[in-house]
Parts: sequence; structure tokens; C-alpha cells
Amino acid sequence: MLIDDYPAEIEAIFAKYPDKRSAVLPAMYLAQDSYGYMSEEAIKDVAALLDLEPTQVLSLAGFYTLFYEEPVGKYVLEICNDLPCALCGADDLVEAACNKLGIEEGGTTDDGMFTVKTVMCLAACDKAPMLQVNLRYEENLDEVKLDALIERLRKDDADGVAPYYGVEAFKESLKRK
Amino acid sequence: MALILLRHRDIKNIHRFDVYTENGGYEGLKKALKEFSPSEVTNIVRKSNIRGRGGAGFPAGVKWGFIPKEDGPKYVVVNADESEAGTFKDRELIEFNPHQVIEGALICAYAIGAQACFIYFRGEFMHAARTFESALNDAYANNALGTNIFGFDFSCNFYSHYGAGAYICGEESALLESLEGKLGQPRIRPPFPAQEGLYAKPTVVNNVETLSNVPPVIVNGAEWYLGIGTEKSSGPKIVCLSGHVNNPGNFEVPMGTTYRELIFGDQYGNGVPNGKKFKALLPSGGSAPIVTESALDAPLSFEGMEEHESLLGSASLIVMDESVDMVWAAMKLIHFFHHESCGKCTPCREGTYWLERIYQRILSGNGSESDVKLLESVAKQMQGETLCALGEFATSPVLSTIKHFPEEYYDKVSKPARSGS
Repeated sequence: MLIDDYPAEIEAIFAKYPDKRSAVLPAMYLAQDSYGYMSEEAIKDVAALLDLEPTQVLSLAGFYTLFYEEPVGKYVLEICNDLPCALCGADDLVEAACNKLGIEEGGTTDDGMFTVKTVMCLAACDKAPMLQVNLRYEENLDEVKLDALIERLRKDDADGVAPYYGVEAFKESLKRK
Repeated sequence: MALILLRHRDIKNIHRFDVYTENGGYEGLKKALKEFSPSEVTNIVRKSNIRGRGGAGFPAGVKWGFIPKEDGPKYVVVNADESEAGTFKDRELIEFNPHQVIEGALICAYAIGAQACFIYFRGEFMHAARTFESALNDAYANNALGTNIFGFDFSCNFYSHYGAGAYICGEESALLESLEGKLGQPRIRPPFPAQEGLYAKPTVVNNVETLSNVPPVIVNGAEWYLGIGTEKSSGPKIVCLSGHVNNPGNFEVPMGTTYRELIFGDQYGNGVPNGKKFKALLPSGGSAPIVTESALDAPLSFEGMEEHESLLGSASLIVMDESVDMVWAAMKLIHFFHHESCGKCTPCREGTYWLERIYQRILSGNGSESDVKLLESVAKQMQGETLCALGEFATSPVLSTIKHFPEEYYDKVSKPARSGS
């Protein structure tokens, strides 16, 4: 249960807002970190914590793109192929990533390491093409740099480096009193 | 001109509290608390005519002035949901000059009588906002936040909140819904946030860049700010340059700089790469009508693009060279708006869906001449009928590319249909 995994974080989230319901997105981030994706269990866990119906949490998971309704890889490569990035070769980068990893866009490698998704503008258009890996920016990419990134992530994993960049930063921010 | 908003480019480590204060940081807040009443602060901001930098251009001081004077909970919400295609200015401010944003929000809180500020980051900024989070820690540690700030009778807390991937949450009432833990869908207005905003309390929602303008205005006065820019558009503006330019990036310029200078000037975009010719400009990401070469001598300002039937918006300039297929470019933007439509109102939900379908048909070689008319018809039926600006924005790329580049549409639909697609 979330409350067992993150007692301090949940206390910090609830303390932040005058209305408990505002804690739902933060709780969903913690749930996704615990369960790997917004599984049925994760949804029910968040709903119980927030006194909401599971369907209410499910609708939020469907509305917001950063909640994954299917299992994803350890490293989620979210490549922007919106217009500014596409003018600088983003569509080729998506193709290269999929070819390199042997998956279709939206898919996950068999070893559970990588998911490739295309996403809307990530506010880095001057450094196109670019992607986020677990919400960390990787910019000014080309196929060579993409290969190097994937190799680096494989090596990080072999070395036991935790790949959860974004959510780790978020959890860190909850330590503020 | 010394940089006012992107000061971190001149002053190393200004994200640190000590460096920020050594360079005049928090002097605006202290001056406001020491010398001015809350309503005087609002008047200075109104007089300076700082207009919203998120795209809508609404005067910040007027917005603050709408807040009722009665005591009670009120909120300042900083809009850091920067998601417009081609826009990346707020991210730079958050990452490198965070205290100026915090200070601007606190001055607003003092002016309207708010006891708390929230910053709503798009979820994708979770890792990038680390500097901002530590700036909040430092501000608390140095009594720039919390109880009796800098020893004055003014207390205010500051909370960060992360969205989770939805462009529509940049629309202020959708942002408030999202911050309340609901689907990020726009509210029906009135009531406006100034009356019933966050938790139904009076609320000011201002963009990151807008609030960054506030501290220097309090320090230097409204006249100083009015001296920068044009008569109707005062102050500096951060321009985001992307697409086919040699030197993409953020550039802080006085309002009034021409689009041509921004795209071709050596200190800015430095022209179109690979010897190609300029073809078209999106002056505000996907949300304002496309313009051609004839509009480039317009001054960057709220009024400058009027005669070219476009807008300043967020000043996110996406430059396209002669190789770009305008039907393809419009399709990319329509795909964006369809993906980001929140689904609450029918004209936007259905309109963006059908527009994308028709674009797919045309680009797959299966379109007919009537499809071009159909695109126009769908877009025109959406105009003025949607709950928020997103649906209105979605019509811009369609109508403006058909207007300026009709032959690119008709060339595609007059060819025989490809087999198998």
C-alpha cells in the first residue's frame, strides 16, 4: 500500500493543500512509482487514500499523458515530434529509436528496458530533436547521440543506477518543511 | 541593453539566494513592503502596463485590481504549464533565474492580500524544476518566504504542484481544476478566477515571464518600464526562436524589435540555414495564424501583427524554409490540438477530430477538392463556439495555410489517388 511505502511523502502532500483532493496527482505519481504503472491495484490504492471512487482516479489516469495505463520499460523515451522538432528531423529520430530497439512506437522491448513514445512539445524546441528519458532532458540529438544514450542507459542499469529521474526529484521536493 | 529577465546569462549563479540578493534581488519586494500599500503596488503594475506574457496579453495590474478587497483566503497561482509548441522561455526562467519568479509572485501576493502562492509546473518539468525547488528551500531558509517575511507584517507560503501532461492546463481555469485534483477542463466563466478561483477563492493566475517583470518594475518604477518597448506594448519580451534558423534559442528584446531582425539579425536567429529561402513564420507557436515574408517588418508587439491578421501571443517564432510542405505543417499542428482537446465542448472535440481526419485523407493522396472547402467549413464552424481558446487556436493553422498557400492544398487533391493507401 502507498501509505506503507511513502508515509512521510503522503503526509507532506496532504499538508500542502487546503483540500485533500488536490493531493490526487501527487499520490498518483507515487503510486506509479510503486506499481510501475497505473494498474488496477494502483488506481484502487490511490482512490482509497483520497476517498475517491476508483473510476474517478481512472479517468484522471486516462486524461493525463504522464500516467501509464499499461506497463512500461524501466526507461521511457518520450520523443517530441511536434512541428518545431519535426522541422529538425524528429520523425527520423523516432524511426531510428524504434529500429534500434526493435519495437514499434508506443512499444516496450522484450527485456522490459525501454519504451518509446512520441509526445507533444516538451519546451526544448531550440535544442531539437530531443527527448525526455524518465522526464530528464536529452537534447540536440542525432542517431549517433541516440545510440550513445541507449548504451549509457544500459550501462547505468548494469551498474545499478536508479533510472527514475523525474519522480526522484519530485520525492526530494516533498522533504521541504 | 542589460538583460532584465534573462539576468542569469549576465550573472553567474543567480539561481542562488546569496547571489540573487547581492545583485539587487528581493529589493522589489522589500520596497513594496516598506514604501507602498497593497493598492499602490497594484497601481504601479497597472501603470507600467505589464501585459500577460503567456499569450493572452491581459494587463497584469488590471487582473490584480479585480481581486476583492475583503479579507479572507486568496491565492496567487504561477502558471508554469508551458506547453505551446515552440515555447521554451518559462523553462529557462525556472531553471536559471527562479528567485525573480518567486519575488514577482510574492509582490503579487502582497498586492492582493494572498497568504499562499502555488506554482503549477507541467509534469514534464519535474526534473528540470530542481533548481526552482531548491530556490524555494533557500527562500524559506532566508525568511523570504514563511512568517513575517524580512521582518515585515507579511506572511506567505509557496507550494509547488506538478501537472501530468495536458496542454489545456495552461488555460487558467483548467489549470485551477487540475490543481484541485480534477480533470483539467476549462470552467464556464463567469465567475472569473478573481472572484472564484482556486478552491472558489479569489485568485490571480499569472504566467512565469509576466511575474518576472514585476520586481524590476517595483524597483525602477512604472515610467522606466514604459520607456522600454512601444507605446502600447511596454517592457522586454523573451522571444523563442525555433525551426529553420541558424541560431535558435531564447532572446530577450525590447518590444518593437522587428520580426525580420529577430529571424535574420546576426545577434538573433542569424537567418535560414543551408542557403534556403524563408517561406513562412508561425509567430506564436501553433496558436496564431501563419504569416509570410510580407509581415516580417512588423514590430514585435501586441499591436504589430494586427494588420497581418495574426498575433504576438507568447512570441514563440517557428520559422519554416522553402522546403516545408504547408499542408504537412498544418497537419502537425492539428494533430497537436486534436490530441490536446480536453473533450468538454463539442465544437472543439469533434472539430479537431474531423480536421485531423481530413488532413490524413489529403496527405495520403485520397483527398478531393471538396476536402479543402470542408476544412474551411469545419474550422469556421468552430470559431466563436468553443468554451476556451484551444478550439479557436486550432482553426488558425487551417485557415491561414489555406489562405496563403492554397496551391499546396489543390496540388495534392488534384493528383490521382494512390492505390493501397
